[in-house]
Amino acid sequence: MSEDKDRGGFFDTGWRPSGDVHRDEDGRPHDHPGVREDVGLGVRASRALAMHELLVEKGVIGEGEVDEMTEAVNKRVPSNGATLVAKAWSDPEFRTKLLEHPKETVIESGFVPEHNADIIVLENTPEVQHMVVCTLCSCYPTQLLGPPPDWYKSFSYRSRAVTEPRAVMSEFGLELDEETEVRVVDSNSELRFLVIPRRPDGTDGWSEGQLATLVNRNSMIGVAAATEPGTD
Amino acid sequence: MSAAAAPKLEFSQGDRVHVKDMTPPNHHRTPWYIKGRRGVVLEFIGMYVNSETRAHGDSGMPELPMYRVEFEQTHLWFDYAESPSDKLWIDLYEHWLERAE
Amino acid sequence: MPAVHDRGGWPTDDPIDREEHEWADWERQTQSLRTVLDNKGFMNVDELRRGIESIAPAEYEASTYFERWSASIETMLVEKGVLTIKEIDDRAKALRDRWGYPS
Repeated sequence: MSEDKDRGGFFDTGWRPSGDVHRDEDGRPHDHPGVREDVGLGVRASRALAMHELLVEKGVIGEGEVDEMTEAVNKRVPSNGATLVAKAWSDPEFRTKLLEHPKETVIESGFVPEHNADIIVLENTPEVQHMVVCTLCSCYPTQLLGPPPDWYKSFSYRSRAVTEPRAVMSEFGLELDEETEVRVVDSNSELRFLVIPRRPDGTDGWSEGQLATLVNRNSMIGVAAATEPGTD
Repeated sequence: MSAAAAPKLEFSQGDRVHVKDMTPPNHHRTPWYIKGRRGVVLEFIGMYVNSETRAHGDSGMPELPMYRVEFEQTHLWFDYAESPSDKLWIDLYEHWLERAE
Repeated sequence: MPAVHDRGGWPTDDPIDREEHEWADWERQTQSLRTVLDNKGFMNVDELRRGIESIAPAEYEASTYFERWSASIETMLVEKGVLTIKEIDDRAKALRDRWGYPS
């Protein structure tokens, strides 16, 4: 690292080329609020941009290659996972297939796993609540949920998820019965986990499209319940 | 996971195992809080690339058996204050496990 | 003492902060660059993690998520002789001279 100690933090790393896409809490892209050319470059931002320029100049990577990858990455959004969950809620045959042959089913559905990581699907029921964490880093099913949210990567979540999962879920608004067995899944290897939350009551006869609107991102990590109808 | 021929497996479902209490200098993915702890093998989940060697420039071959192991939360955390039925699941390479009596 | 990245069960009462930061371009670029380099065989995800885990503990704790990623990418590219520290130093300085330093 260089001698500078200024970090730039989250916002004031400054320079943003045009065409950036930002996301709201559920990972949906929204418009960029504006360029911050006046803020300056933090140490790490400057080194990241420097590496990119140098790699392009040396021909290690193509000029537009990273931007193209970003476009592909931007297609990874939580609605991908929500589509699968809604289908599993509606179609018992698909549910069985998704649980028993998750990777094949996910690929057949058009979602290619990152660096060929395996995928496991776990189902929450009144008896069992699965909640996923990566205590060592940030393992996450990005092809189905987009990039992990900041809280998933935070020290507090990585620490507390394993010692007090119910307290954590309570912060996310989910109060479990004591009889419900909690299974904290520490995702630390070549596997990524998608959770099927419990289908909310009062949704009989709903279409897959309608159901998908209830499948929020946090419920597919297992820290929260699916959205109750009419609460949005 | 590969579709190679069935490997010879050291452990099977229901086996009680200890996680080896070691901290090799290379990259590894066995968190500190399960080292030396006893759990139960839930299932063999497949053969996976060895991330411990692949992290150091190696191909990560041959693939290694991986198991999903279940731990009692009350066994991992002496002051665990939630429910005694709560569990922790984690996937571990075979070489991290030894049979517990 | 567990290694600095091995966070499970570290004592803390901090609530989970659910606010999402706004991504800077260099963070998105860093995320994509890692995958591009992986596809070309320059660094795999395990090496990314080794690089992150080799960050000094105080630095690790003070860094943001993509600062750690970017530091790891730098470690790997230098280790493999793709770039040198000097090149990166010089170019980073030129970029900051051009775009300014945070006040």
